[in-house]
Amino acid sequence: MIELSAKQLADAIARGDVSAAEAFETYRARAAADELNAYTWVAPEGTTAAPMSADAPLRGVPLGVKDLFCTEGVPSQAGSRILEGYLPPYTASVVQRLAEAGAPLLAKTNQDEFAMGSSNENSAYGPTRNPWDRERIPGGSSGGSAAAVAAGSAPWALGTDTGGSIRQPAAMCGIVGLKPTYGSVSRYGMIAFASSLDQGGPLTRDVTDAALLYGQMIGQDPCDSTSLAHPETIALPTAERLDGIRIGVPRADLAADGIEPGVIAAFDATLQRAQELGAELVDIELPHAEHALAAYYVIAPAEASSNLSRFDGVRYGLRHGGDEGLMAMYTHTRHDGFGDEVKRRILIGTYALSSGYYDAYYGRAQQVRTKIADDFRAAFGRVDLIATPTAPTTAFKLGEKTADPLSMYLGDLFTIPYSLAGLPAISIPCGLSDGLPVGFQLGGPAFSENRILDAAHALEQAIGFEPLEIS
Amino acid sequence: MSADVEYEPVIGLEIHVQLKTRTKMFCGCELSFGDPPNIHVCPVCLGLPGSLPVVNARAIHLGLMIGMAVGSELAPRSIFHRKNYFYPDLPKGYQISQFDLPLCLGGKLGDVRIHRVHLEEDAAKLTHVGESGRIHGSDSSIVDYNRGGTPLAEIVTEPDVRSAEQAREWLNMLRVTLRQLGVSDVNMEEGSLRCDANISIRPVGDTELHTKTELKNMNSFRYIERGIHAEVARQIEIVRSGGKVQGETLHFDPRTERITSLRSKEEAHDYRYFPEPDLVPITISAEMLDAARAEVPELPTARAERYASTLGLSDDAAKLLADRAELAAYFESVLEVDSVEPVAAANWVTELAARLDEGDPAGSKVEPRALASLIGLLSSKAINVGAARQVLDRLVAEGGDPLAIVEAEGLGAIGGGDELADAVAAAIAANPDVAEKIRDGNMKAIGPIIGHVMKATKGRADGGEVTRLVRQQLGL
Repeated sequence: MIELSAKQLADAIARGDVSAAEAFETYRARAAADELNAYTWVAPEGTTAAPMSADAPLRGVPLGVKDLFCTEGVPSQAGSRILEGYLPPYTASVVQRLAEAGAPLLAKTNQDEFAMGSSNENSAYGPTRNPWDRERIPGGSSGGSAAAVAAGSAPWALGTDTGGSIRQPAAMCGIVGLKPTYGSVSRYGMIAFASSLDQGGPLTRDVTDAALLYGQMIGQDPCDSTSLAHPETIALPTAERLDGIRIGVPRADLAADGIEPGVIAAFDATLQRAQELGAELVDIELPHAEHALAAYYVIAPAEASSNLSRFDGVRYGLRHGGDEGLMAMYTHTRHDGFGDEVKRRILIGTYALSSGYYDAYYGRAQQVRTKIADDFRAAFGRVDLIATPTAPTTAFKLGEKTADPLSMYLGDLFTIPYSLAGLPAISIPCGLSDGLPVGFQLGGPAFSENRILDAAHALEQAIGFEPLEIS
Repeated sequence: MSADVEYEPVIGLEIHVQLKTRTKMFCGCELSFGDPPNIHVCPVCLGLPGSLPVVNARAIHLGLMIGMAVGSELAPRSIFHRKNYFYPDLPKGYQISQFDLPLCLGGKLGDVRIHRVHLEEDAAKLTHVGESGRIHGSDSSIVDYNRGGTPLAEIVTEPDVRSAEQAREWLNMLRVTLRQLGVSDVNMEEGSLRCDANISIRPVGDTELHTKTELKNMNSFRYIERGIHAEVARQIEIVRSGGKVQGETLHFDPRTERITSLRSKEEAHDYRYFPEPDLVPITISAEMLDAARAEVPELPTARAERYASTLGLSDDAAKLLADRAELAAYFESVLEVDSVEPVAAANWVTELAARLDEGDPAGSKVEPRALASLIGLLSSKAINVGAARQVLDRLVAEGGDPLAIVEAEGLGAIGGGDELADAVAAAIAANPDVAEKIRDGNMKAIGPIIGHVMKATKGRADGGEVTRLVRQQLGL
């Protein structure tokens, strides 16, 4: 059973070869036995999934859910000490929607605290390990979801992506991760990091699974004012060729420092395959992409500094110093409850929004954001999709970059521009470099998920990436 | 600064009004006042992780109505901002408010210009347990989130107010206007209307604005008047003794009449406003404007003006009726009954209102037609004023038809016939000493004779007619 993709498992359940209950228990036991620290909560033994209709499209294939999503009565800690043991009274819209579509909650997956990080080392519940090499990070912040899917302890999982947090761990773990168009998936019940950038999405073993899961995630939600109805239903991809598809390649951005030769090699080989499949490669420029990282590291911390203000010890979660007066309660609770990276970003964000600095930082960053969106608009006038590596490196060693946040931030180089522009992008595994997976990122205009999934599917077939052997 | 310089206060007001929507500003929880604490709450208004706000369309509608009532420019597009600060009554650590693109800009009510009207959410209600009644020094504080998230309209005036009395009168005008608009209960005791005042002083004739202080959260119009008086006096004292007014936020204690500092300008919050990323901009459609316009009634100032200019009412009578929508409505329904004279109608609606305390005459037993009929009986001299008041008392108590009451009770006026002449003769006979004084030219002594006649006729006699008959019978 565990060799089956989620789609294959759903089909097997539909045929009656395996029952949904069997599938749930098999994966429940695997998740409970996980050695990667991919989970922060696993459904207890004897859990039966909520009843679903016989024609529920996802058939009962269980789902790993990033801990950033609220799940009623189930710990939802966002990787933070400040929410240790927090049991929300409600379930996130998208998790609810997927449960009703036949993907019951299997487990909550580990993550960087409040989704701030690229390595899962910022989790208050310990780092998740990469199943390809346990001395290495699985990427982040949806590292638990990526490791779980790659290791086959979950058939598929939900992640969230603010600046690359689905795509980068998918790349590091050799699986597929889709960051959808901003607004296409409800954020209601997803604990906010940076509201204007956060977007939930699937992490799956293959492109078909990503399409199947994403197709059930979309839809306008009356509880999320920024959600939008997707103009198309999501089809399962069938394309084998890329004839007539123009793929833009931002050559100048690929010359940046710090991109590993092995990553470039795998990327170039994949472009070669795309050409063989009939795609036309077009050199493009994204003139403002070089400022994306700077703009992101103003906007995201600014929003985070505000979003994280609610963790004050008054109503839920950690409370320290409650007997020593209001100010003591605030400072002790937040000092003890937040990790270093979260504190760093709250400080940066608070500064960026301060009176007298707003225009120079937040205001300017928003201007850059508009320019980047304009760059993409111009580029997508000439090409159908844009290709880059997902990340400049393969999975690095635990502890290798913790002392150097800037080098950690540089890992988001290729993913952040799409986040700032609100555009969809997928990461698919495109080969190995020194035995570690390399991710290939394909991005498109808003709501072009069908186009992206189709092209990714054609490439996936041609690449024939060997996934990690599931034991 | 010499002591003989005259100073004038320059005052701007900031009024927070709780809007009368069914549900909160950004969630579906019902509004309530006086319910047990923390029952009207949900993930959104408790600021639980992951929750998101959704704008209450009715609050936008009421906001537009306020803008229309004060003649604001209504923004075709406005956005919400986050105002960030930490306080236990603010569950998200920020208030969703409006900043540089408010719903309504400009306007005027009476002689005070409106700067802007914007929408925001109310904070929760804090109760501090212990001696101080304030958060510092309290043993503990408890929070009721029922109020948290209540829609508020903040109305900000230009600094056009020049005295404490004017502030009180203008606020009353605003309250009456908002009440008649139906957008709020405007009840200061329940906190549905709250007011802050920005106060500075300057030498009379100066046109500059000087350093202001902000007097916070005064919870009655009387306290506002007294608070402003106290603050203006304090500022004049400072300036006269050579000092400088410091920009700070102040608290007025109505028990001690003392003003204390809540925080100085240096301690002022940096609210780190930025556009609320969880909400999309509000775009005001023609349909929304039409719907709001259709609900804006004739407002008190316009109505009082109409009563005075076209119906001939005195300014006081016109304002008295216009300020209470239910009196005005009743007054107009009395006028709709044939040929009722407006000034008399106004007087008798006022008489009726006095008997009903704060009640709505439309809900009383007195039909507008009955009041009109009563006024008719009086103007045709079929009854006198005293009898009319008696009839009104009966109408208030039991309802019915004034004419039937007059007949049943024998309250009809006694005209010039023999009955009244006989009663006058009897009164003169019973008061020979008074009659003597009158014969000597002292008409002021007539009281006891009139009293005697009134008693004998059960008050139905017309005083003027009695006087005429006394003079006649005494041969004067």
